Amino acid sequence: MILEGKVWKFGDDISTDHIAPGRLFHLRSNLEELAKHVLEDADPEFAKKVRKGDFVVAGNNFGLGSSREHAPTIIKMAGVSAVLAKSFARIFFRNSINIGLPVLECDTDKLENGDTLRIDLSAGVIEDKTNGAKLEFVPLPDAMIKILNDGGLLAHIEKHGGFKLD
Amino acid sequence: MGKTLAEKLLGAKAGKEVVAGELVIAKVDVAFFQDGTGPLAVRQLRKVNLEKVADPKRSILFIDHAAPSPRRELSNDHMLLREFAANTGAVLSDINEGVCHQRVLEDYAKPGDVVIGADSHSCTAGALCAFATGMGSTDVAVGMALGRTWFRVPPTFRVECKGQFRKGVYSKDLILHLIGTIGADGATYRALEFGGPAIDAMPMWQRATLSNMAVEAGAKAGLIASDNLTREFLKKYGREGDFTEIRPDPDAKYERVIGMDVSELEPTVSCPHTVDNTKLARELKGTRVDQVFIGSCTNGRFEDLEVAARIMKGKKRHVKTRVIVIPASREVYLDALRAGLIETFVTSGATVLGPGCGPCVGVHEGALGDKEVCLSTQNRNFKGRMGNPEGFIYLASPATAAASALRGEITDPREVL
Repeated sequence: MILEGKVWKFGDDISTDHIAPGRLFHLRSNLEELAKHVLEDADPEFAKKVRKGDFVVAGNNFGLGSSREHAPTIIKMAGVSAVLAKSFARIFFRNSINIGLPVLECDTDKLENGDTLRIDLSAGVIEDKTNGAKLEFVPLPDAMIKILNDGGLLAHIEKHGGFKLD
Repeated sequence: MGKTLAEKLLGAKAGKEVVAGELVIAKVDVAFFQDGTGPLAVRQLRKVNLEKVADPKRSILFIDHAAPSPRRELSNDHMLLREFAANTGAVLSDINEGVCHQRVLEDYAKPGDVVIGADSHSCTAGALCAFATGMGSTDVAVGMALGRTWFRVPPTFRVECKGQFRKGVYSKDLILHLIGTIGADGATYRALEFGGPAIDAMPMWQRATLSNMAVEAGAKAGLIASDNLTREFLKKYGREGDFTEIRPDPDAKYERVIGMDVSELEPTVSCPHTVDNTKLARELKGTRVDQVFIGSCTNGRFEDLEVAARIMKGKKRHVKTRVIVIPASREVYLDALRAGLIETFVTSGATVLGPGCGPCVGVHEGALGDKEVCLSTQNRNFKGRMGNPEGFIYLASPATAAASALRGEITDPREVL
């Protein structure tokens, strides 16, 4: 699968409160509305600027904090095709796979805001078409590839009638 | 080969010997949601016609984050959870009951269990030697419906603690210091296993604070062996029969061993906007505090309130500092009432609210104003956490919080003890 889009760059320790703040708790059952505020506390204009296919690119420990699955869900709903970071917090990482949002662990230092990326998910290659840099990302664990390939955790359970990860 | 607590607990529920790194499908003993994650979980199950629970008595829906509801959208979310409980037989823990993690300790988790909660601080039940971890709505929904989930058995960091806490120093200071040392992602994907003489001597309420904050170092679980103190705790809640002793093997293989001498610790504070941004309380003297919050799943237990009340008794809060006190559960509230703590707080000028998460999640009951500073006993100080990205949150123990409430600035509690 090939993904192409622009980079929106963020720093380290972007928490689920930056992505889906607690003050918008009442919008959690109205995800379309919540998605208009995605990443608002890191970049108030992000939801307006992001285009379908774009990438969220960050430093260390992306998605730390709460277990709210609403966080990766509204990133996906905003049109983002993958999140790239040096490292991810555990629950956010697992939630992203469960809802079918690719999360790629790689060295993001060479990727600049506004660069255009082309990502070959199956080959594991990220190409920065703006500056020519080529990167590899850390392959997902097998169990997560199975869930992602089935279309997320619910689809996986529906397809197999339970967990089929070995 | 020797096993860590994580390997023992997950192996027992997977029905085989396991080592760190292995993938397992494990039986789920306790599964729960709260009102921020439950509605999405219910909708996910309905999408695939799976509105059922494997074990109704140990499937719990907690209404604690917005309790009582401050607005119609959340009232409707609460209705959805009550409906799900009625349809499936799951337990509903309504607005009077308290914070999920405290309720899980009191009534649901036991040593040896696998506990999954759709809340990141579900690792709290590791204090009872349950393999307890936080997951998202869909993971817990599926685990609750099928009674099973998958895990990668985590490698373990052993935190070996010796020494005795000095006066005014508590497990909250220990865990803040540890996170400040290893970083907010220092234990990502690992289990933290707390042990050693200082943990053996530590009462359950302080152990719960350690396990609760394991996730703030990125850890999947914060595990503590079960012992006689665990048995005494369960007995208090009428569950002595749930006790089993579980210890790691002496020759267990740890990825890392972190030694700590708790006698060297001083009252510690996390500064905005990350938990690992720690300083000593005395280094922050003079920092203005507009609001103090004493409560939460981290430090809202009876003994936490007792520590704070002892400092505030017969004194008044600083005129410019609001103080909010929230017992973590109904049982804690009742114990505090009987012991006269509530009267102490109210007399000293604090606002005491009903059990729940309170201002910690930024939904209601104490959202911060622009540039306001809150000193809280909660576990997280991210930008925007308490309802306002323009607010500043410091984290500390109940003793530091109470001392600061009297002085109106961050205060080392040893100054008032």
